[in-house]
Amino acid sequence: MTELRPDPASLGLRESHTFDRATIAGIQRAAATGVYDIRGGGAKRRLPHFDDLLFLGASMSRYPLEGYRERCDTDVVLGDRNARFPLHLAIPVTIAGMSFGALSAPAKEALGRGASEVGTSTTTGDGGMTPEERGQSKHLVYQYLPSRYGMNPADLRKADAIEVVLGQGAKPGGGGMLLGQKISARVAAMRTLPAGIDQRSACRHPDWTGPDDLAIKILELREITDWEKPVYVKVGASRTYYDVKLAVASGADVVVVDGMQGGTAATQDVFIEHVGIPTLAAIPQAVQALRELGLHRKVQLIVSGGIRTGADVAKAMALGADAVAIGTAALVALGDNDPRHAGEYAALGSAAGFYDDYQDGRDPAGITTQDPELAARLDPVEGGRRLANYLRVLTMEAQTIARACGKSHLRNLEPEDLVALTIEAAAMARVPLAGTSWIPGQPASL
Amino acid sequence: MAPLSAGVAPAAGTVTFDLAETTVRALNSELHSPSATCYQVLHPQGAHALAAGVHAPLTVDVRGHAGYYCAGMNDGAAITVHGNVGTGVAENMMSGVVRVRGDASQSAGATGHGGLLVIEGSASMRCGISMKGIDIVVGGDIGPMSAFMAQAGRLVVCGDAGDGLGDSIYEARVYVRGVVGGLGADCVEKELGPEHVAELAELLTAAGLEPTGAYAPARFRRYGSARRLYHFATHNSTAY
Repeated sequence: MTELRPDPASLGLRESHTFDRATIAGIQRAAATGVYDIRGGGAKRRLPHFDDLLFLGASMSRYPLEGYRERCDTDVVLGDRNARFPLHLAIPVTIAGMSFGALSAPAKEALGRGASEVGTSTTTGDGGMTPEERGQSKHLVYQYLPSRYGMNPADLRKADAIEVVLGQGAKPGGGGMLLGQKISARVAAMRTLPAGIDQRSACRHPDWTGPDDLAIKILELREITDWEKPVYVKVGASRTYYDVKLAVASGADVVVVDGMQGGTAATQDVFIEHVGIPTLAAIPQAVQALRELGLHRKVQLIVSGGIRTGADVAKAMALGADAVAIGTAALVALGDNDPRHAGEYAALGSAAGFYDDYQDGRDPAGITTQDPELAARLDPVEGGRRLANYLRVLTMEAQTIARACGKSHLRNLEPEDLVALTIEAAAMARVPLAGTSWIPGQPASL
Repeated sequence: MAPLSAGVAPAAGTVTFDLAETTVRALNSELHSPSATCYQVLHPQGAHALAAGVHAPLTVDVRGHAGYYCAGMNDGAAITVHGNVGTGVAENMMSGVVRVRGDASQSAGATGHGGLLVIEGSASMRCGISMKGIDIVVGGDIGPMSAFMAQAGRLVVCGDAGDGLGDSIYEARVYVRGVVGGLGADCVEKELGPEHVAELAELLTAAGLEPTGAYAPARFRRYGSARRLYHFATHNSTAY
């Protein structure tokens, strides 16, 4: 029989906000082990986010489109500024870069299958391109990272776009560490390192040091690929206004801005929670930078970090993004944190809905692992089907909102369609507090 | 090594690209879909990305100074620069031979996976950074932070090496004939065994140096990883 324990609050006990139970457990763990907490995922703290925005649906002053009947298009062209072959995606929801190494080969294949089924792109990651991924991805973006693990020109030529990665939202300014337990013989061979050792991914590129150099690096990448492929530049959200301006000055065709809710395979918890800015705060900075350059919608903006629903997609686009990218949500769609693995999560000291030890390689769902037995649990065909379903739902949800706002294309959503629920969100997103015309930091208007 | 020169006359059938009259784009486009096997480039005037992304067994002579990323990602070609080169010469080379008759700027041979890079003069800082299998032979000196996080391959330095040599080095091997300004984290001097003497002689010979007398392998010292930082540990926190 289950023992009923009284709620501590009913006994007059009061939990500290400063030293809450998670904080106390963290101190106790640090004292016991002498090691800081490394985990996967993005920021878990409460942050101003898309949930703090609402759409103003049409009524008398705006004219809606008929749901389920009138067209609301979703396609997006990425990288048409310089490339001979820009990407033309059917939906503006892309799959963010996640490495083979961090993810299993079946997981990478599933991402490719799901993305291709709905006409969008997926992205490689640190460690290079796998045949499974290339084979199943209609549109594949090849990440060009500081480590250059697995980087080779043959794969570069096979890619549909190139993404020069300067950072990611979970850890702007940081590199990475793929711990030894995930370095299988195949991963090690792709990265030219001994199996089983902890692999450091550098935080800086080895052969360029600033925006002037990056411009020459991008020129080289274009020359090597005969100016066929769009070149993206990805930054973790921090000084976004300046970073976007410099990325564009360096020649980026597409800028990817990843907010601090964006996930990682493995980084210090203190880094994830305390470095970078929320996605909501980054988008208006990026858009401002592009507008001032006269290149908004000409250099496309992809936003990632905490995209979960079609509402998030629509809100990001209303704020000025051309497309979004999902990572964590895509893994959840594949089966990450599925309650059917509850027993195994418990055995790992975690629980469904909380599991973030991607660095350990013991993922019961077979996604963030290199263990062959665990990896075999993920059927890439079924995983791809689930991801495609999820991407369709995201798209239809975004279309539902766009039609309600009278928009015949998702890209036509605009900041004027939004209001904020909190002063913080209003200030960051630069939209009025609901029921007012007040945008903090800006002169009042009617 | 031999003094800087404009090189010998081109072989018969050599196709010439004079960059005073045409563009780098035209040059690279031809080299990516070659109609010949021998090329020479005149008046490079420090242009960037010269002969970048070549993936055929071509011979390319650049007669003058080159800018950044000359011969970048070379895969199979024999590319000679009869002059100096800017940052990142032969970066991420997969195979082939790149020879620089003069000096090289930063990050020479960075992240290279294979092939041989010969720099007859000296190389600036970060030479061989993150190298992944490339062989590099430098006739003169190399700057600081060279072979940083070098994973695989061999770096041979006939002159001196700057500070921080081989910081966080993995399995690459470094040979230096002159003075090392200082070793980086986890890089140590190692015994020069017979197998190392043999591979050093082979590398020097491939670079065009007679491995005797002043270039005798015995005059070099070998450096590599102590492998103490291969696994993250808090007791190493002051070493990083």
